[in-house]
Amino acid sequence: MAGRSLGAIAGIGELKPVRRTQGATTLGLIAETIRLAVEDAGLEKDAIDGLLVGPQVGETPQHVPATVAEYLGIQPRMANVVDLGGASGAGMVWRAAAAISAGMCDAVVCVLANTREDEVSRSPNRNPIREFDVPFGASGANISYALPMQRHMAEYGSTPEQFARIAAAARHNAQFNPLAIFHGHPASVQDILASPIIASPLHLYEIVMPVAGGEAVVVVSPERARGLKHPPVHLLGAGEKVTHRAISQAPSLTSGPLKPAMQQALARAGTNAGAMSLLALYDCYTVMVALTIEDAGLCPAGGFGRWVEDHSLGYDGDFPLNTHGGQLGFGQPDLAGGMTHVVETVRQLRHEAGVRQIRNAQLALVTGNGATISEATALVLAADS
Amino acid sequence: MTEFESLAVPGPIPTNVSRPFWDAAREGLFTLQRCDACGSWVFYPRSHCPHCWNPRLSWHQASGRGTVKSFSAIHRPGHPAWTAAVPYVVALIELAEGPTMLSTLVDVALDSVRVSMRVGVRFVLVGKFALPMFAPLQQPSKEADSVHSTQ
Repeated sequence: MAGRSLGAIAGIGELKPVRRTQGATTLGLIAETIRLAVEDAGLEKDAIDGLLVGPQVGETPQHVPATVAEYLGIQPRMANVVDLGGASGAGMVWRAAAAISAGMCDAVVCVLANTREDEVSRSPNRNPIREFDVPFGASGANISYALPMQRHMAEYGSTPEQFARIAAAARHNAQFNPLAIFHGHPASVQDILASPIIASPLHLYEIVMPVAGGEAVVVVSPERARGLKHPPVHLLGAGEKVTHRAISQAPSLTSGPLKPAMQQALARAGTNAGAMSLLALYDCYTVMVALTIEDAGLCPAGGFGRWVEDHSLGYDGDFPLNTHGGQLGFGQPDLAGGMTHVVETVRQLRHEAGVRQIRNAQLALVTGNGATISEATALVLAADS
Repeated sequence: MTEFESLAVPGPIPTNVSRPFWDAAREGLFTLQRCDACGSWVFYPRSHCPHCWNPRLSWHQASGRGTVKSFSAIHRPGHPAWTAAVPYVVALIELAEGPTMLSTLVDVALDSVRVSMRVGVRFVLVGKFALPMFAPLQQPSKEADSVHSTQ
């Protein structure tokens, strides 16, 4: 192990994603996901004394941790909301470890889950984005990610084929994960380029499929983790950075806050991105992976296209990337989508990934990204030695 | 050709801080806040300068000119009410004064939009509000290629 363990992931829980739920409740899915994670950790319900949850827009605007704790009959000594969009999952992991190190609690469950009922409510936002983006026809995330993609193409000459390659790799990897929404549905670079343009230059298949699901992990101290059901997966480093909210306010369109976040996480762990057994990179859109590959220092700025052409990204490749299929292959269960990268990394580092197991997996870089390349969290996770 | 005026889309919901921006827009004026202390131009409107936290900002008429930092032709809008206008172009405009704002491009052929293209403000009535949209400073030669008319 490269550095000192800051905390350990002892349990994981994951729900199979579905396109639609009928009569499901968010609290019910959270409860099931937590039950799975705590059972996987080999802990009793009453051992859980820390709780990190996500925001529940339009459902439980306030008092989310208390609502979840009450529903599950637990009385945590540390409870909070982590509201970092797609970075919430990764953001929970280091916060859990920090709370344990500070002596506030011993076993933290970090959970994100969502329903997808037929009734879709529109966001009741009253913020600068609602006032200055929405009136110009720029609702939703697709446009916000099309803009950096177009800028990257203009600035560096990257091509639609190079971006499509990232989505094709995700679909390929999903063929080895029966839980993935696109299991049984591979897509070639040509298929991706033939899918409809949603917001140029972004194609439909370069965008995650929204699904319902749930993801949870249980974090304990490295000492506590030994002797539990599974070998612990250690947190060796973490970094976080928030630079803006709206894409119009982004300091750069071609490099994001993950750059300093990854630098901090890798430096703390005493390693570099090239040494990873697994790259578990947040992939809401192909462009997000492209920018992250560059920001991680795996290639020069603007050079992701060449990099993805030169490397093999499957579990048996030279740079395994999102072996669960990523969110582009697995589906995006709303905020839980970011946690899929953490859960898959735990499987790989426990050597429990089955047919898609990376040989001798030791180290992984996990990234989370929220809003419009706004909120960034990076983790370096390691197998137990 | 689609006219934005007939769209029933979500309009801005001004705050006390931002209302001067929308009031000026109704008069055909493009104004921005400028910090009384450090002189920075600020967009979107704020109560405090994000550069020096000074709470005194004044409204000034701005050039209304900028360059396209990036753009996207929207085929499937995030809000269904915009569907009537597709394809339309959303762009990030780096204003001459410094800040970047998101807006819509008008009077431009889809295939002629470029990063770094110079644009100027063009107020377009959408519902009750005059929205500062942008058009190329050099008009495309063939009017028939325009995707939108602003009247």
